[in-house]
Amino acid sequence: MLARLIDTRMAVFLAVLFVLTVAVPLGNLVIAGQPVPSYVVALLGKYLTYALLAVALDLVWGYCGILSLGHGAFFALGGYAMGMHLMREIGPRGVYGDPVLPDFMVFLNWKELPWFWLGFDSFWFAALMVMVVPGALAFVFGWFAFRSRVTGVYLSIITQAMTYALMLAFFRNEMGFGGNNGLTDFKDILGFDLQADTTRAGLFVAAAVALAAGLLLARYITTSKLGKVLVAIRDAESRTRFLGYRVEAFKLFVFVVSAMMAGVAGAIYTPLVGIINPGEFSPANSIEIVIWVALGGRGTLVGAAMGAIIVALSRTLLTSWFPELWLFALGGMFILVTLVLPQGILGAVEAGLRRVRRRPREAAA
Amino acid sequence: MIFTRQSAPRGGEAAGPGRCPVAWALTLALVVILGLLAPPQARAASDSFESLVAALAGGSYSDRAKLVAKIAQTGDPRALGLLEALTDGRLYQRKSDKRIVTVAASGKPPGMSDAITGEDLGVFNKRAAKKVKVNNSLRRKIRTAIGLLSLTSSDAQDRLKAAQAAFASGDPAQLEALDAALSAESDRGVATALAEARAVAILNSKTGLAEKQAAITVLKQRGDRDAQAALSPFRDDPALAGAVAVALRSIEERQALWGMAQNVWYGLSLGSVLLLAAIGLAITFGVMGVINMAHGELVMLGAYTTFAVQEAIRTSAPGLFDWSLLIAAPLAFVVAGTVGVVIERGVVRHLYGRPLETLLATWGISLMLQQAVRSIFGPNNREVGNPGWMSGAFELGGMTITWNRLWILIFALMVFVGLLFLLRRTAMGLQMRAVTQNRPMAAEMGINTGRVDALTFGLGAGIGGLAGVALSQIDNVSPNLGQSYIVDSFMVVVFGGAGNLWGALAGAFTLGVANKFLEPFAGAVLAKILVLVFIILFIQKRPRGLFALRGRAVEA
Repeated sequence: MLARLIDTRMAVFLAVLFVLTVAVPLGNLVIAGQPVPSYVVALLGKYLTYALLAVALDLVWGYCGILSLGHGAFFALGGYAMGMHLMREIGPRGVYGDPVLPDFMVFLNWKELPWFWLGFDSFWFAALMVMVVPGALAFVFGWFAFRSRVTGVYLSIITQAMTYALMLAFFRNEMGFGGNNGLTDFKDILGFDLQADTTRAGLFVAAAVALAAGLLLARYITTSKLGKVLVAIRDAESRTRFLGYRVEAFKLFVFVVSAMMAGVAGAIYTPLVGIINPGEFSPANSIEIVIWVALGGRGTLVGAAMGAIIVALSRTLLTSWFPELWLFALGGMFILVTLVLPQGILGAVEAGLRRVRRRPREAAA
Repeated sequence: MIFTRQSAPRGGEAAGPGRCPVAWALTLALVVILGLLAPPQARAASDSFESLVAALAGGSYSDRAKLVAKIAQTGDPRALGLLEALTDGRLYQRKSDKRIVTVAASGKPPGMSDAITGEDLGVFNKRAAKKVKVNNSLRRKIRTAIGLLSLTSSDAQDRLKAAQAAFASGDPAQLEALDAALSAESDRGVATALAEARAVAILNSKTGLAEKQAAITVLKQRGDRDAQAALSPFRDDPALAGAVAVALRSIEERQALWGMAQNVWYGLSLGSVLLLAAIGLAITFGVMGVINMAHGELVMLGAYTTFAVQEAIRTSAPGLFDWSLLIAAPLAFVVAGTVGVVIERGVVRHLYGRPLETLLATWGISLMLQQAVRSIFGPNNREVGNPGWMSGAFELGGMTITWNRLWILIFALMVFVGLLFLLRRTAMGLQMRAVTQNRPMAAEMGINTGRVDALTFGLGAGIGGLAGVALSQIDNVSPNLGQSYIVDSFMVVVFGGAGNLWGALAGAFTLGVANKFLEPFAGAVLAKILVLVFIILFIQKRPRGLFALRGRAVEA
């Protein structure tokens, strides 16, 4: 079982992740002089949530051929679900001091909590919703789309329409999610102060654990018999259907799992960053997730996670050094990866390694 | 100061001019000279225009009001300018010779001229003149007088305006003048306006019931919001309530109908914009199966080309400004088309048969184009002006139509027809259709599919550029211009069915009209969301759009 899940690349990645998970909090909290500043902890934690999101997308796109241009929506929904809990945790400490209503509702002159906010004062209910809401949306959306065999670019475009529609909806004040300001000004989570270094380190560890768990789950699914069917669907959908598999059921399953994973990523992202707003639903964000996966290596899981971290890191660095160049770099990445690196960085590196390893053997023969 | 010093002559009242023999003689002489030029009414001896004007400076406000009414009745062509100057406070009496002078509205220092002869009297000196004062009640009377005066103007436009003003004021005192004007009116449009103004005046007057009933009928026929406003005060009038209620109901029904027509127009207008943005996309998607995510940026390039053309015209040939769009259109087509061909040859060519990869690569291109434009032109909105023939609006029945929207609709249809012609009647169109239907077979028949692809992509891109020229007239020209249209234009293509121009047409106008009809109920944002949800559901029913391609090409 364990051998099936952990191949070389997974082992290497998990080892590095483990070292990071131990080293970063240590460097931030224990070692004198704080070699790892607090903002770096939050930044790295954010990268890890991106990585989990990329893994979620790789599961559907890399293994099942569903190019979702709306995965940002699942991420954002997870983020909003957690954000709602954090808003409720503020309690009477808001600017207006209302014991029940979040500030923006007081501002809008609302008198009571809308029904869909009920229950979010409990962390565990929110944690459940983090997966249930994106999962339910993915189920309904996928059930309609896959059953009527919407595939390829048509599917991509309507997933884009889905996230676009959600973005427009969440921008509306009347929706009850804070309009274009989104949810922010969080104070604490499970009683821990969100501004405290220890909480931030804890969230970082949570992100790392979630990423590792997501990777292993995705790996478990893709190496199972079901995973084989998924790949078959990706490569020859009609043939798989003719062989007697219910293609739409497989697709639906993996789509929902992936959406839940994205929701978890969003839920850890929100407390780390301190805000969730409708901009997260923008179609451009969702397309960027695709490039993380493509850059790292589609259908490799580990590569997708790496791709997310590489792109996010270069965004941080480039936008601070040469803000003008960032979009050129990102655009260039899109073009370069599709033209030159169809297997992504991980694919290219592994191919390189194989060539190096084969050469001595060929020389011996 | 001026007031106290002038108090003595003011005691002389209307005899003012008579005290100065020179002025009096001069005025008389002018009366004789100008009397020959003036229209016949003005020659009425006792109340001549000249004597009335000369009397304006003296007397109380109520005397002045009477004079104003008399001046208006002369129907003298000079009266209008004079009364306007009076309300504006530009009418003065020169102290030296008691002549009434009109001060020019502009100029520094302003010039002045004789109010009666129009003779240029040089630079206006405020200290040497006394203002002919007006108060608010006088101003109101002057306005009415101006209105009545215009009723007899020789220009039909002026008469129409006067009739509309009379309608708005609804003063029963105008009744006589309106009757006179109505009997003399030959222009049908003006006559209707006069009759409507008369009807309002009758309603407000103390005339008999029968006439009022007739007036209500006239207003009912007018049937717009103003008629509604004119009628509604009489809703509770016991004698008229029945007729008014009937008229109001009929007006409301008509209003609803026009409101619907206006919505259809807004929908068509939005549809034309969507059509322009989507039609290029439909071609590349249909023929090559390529999703061009950079299409929005090609639209943006077209808009920036328009901006550049207008800048060049502004600096070197301002006279050509009205032609700027006609100059910009072919240039935008060439610029965007060239960029399109470069994209195709450089990137898209290597990705055929991999539509999802093409989608990503073109998205990368779109990011780079956006940033390039932002670096060159700056991140802010650029000002693109409307030529004269694109600005303003006109009324059609109960709806308002702006010229720029109308031209964009016409332009979109022209592009559509042009494209249809290209596809149906030219060799290139034939080849494009062949490649769309069966690429390998077309290649076997000797069609250079690579060349067709490049040209098709260039054509789609060029049309995006044309769309940019049109959109620059109604939208902000900024680096983000393209992004705001990309999702919408994809919706059009997906809804209409790829590769089919008629599909794009039907899709664009259906979505446009649907959007505008939902807006009054749901608000703009919710309407858009509803349309998106509708499309997502629609795709389930018809996964390949309204006008789906059939045959082998579909599975490829």
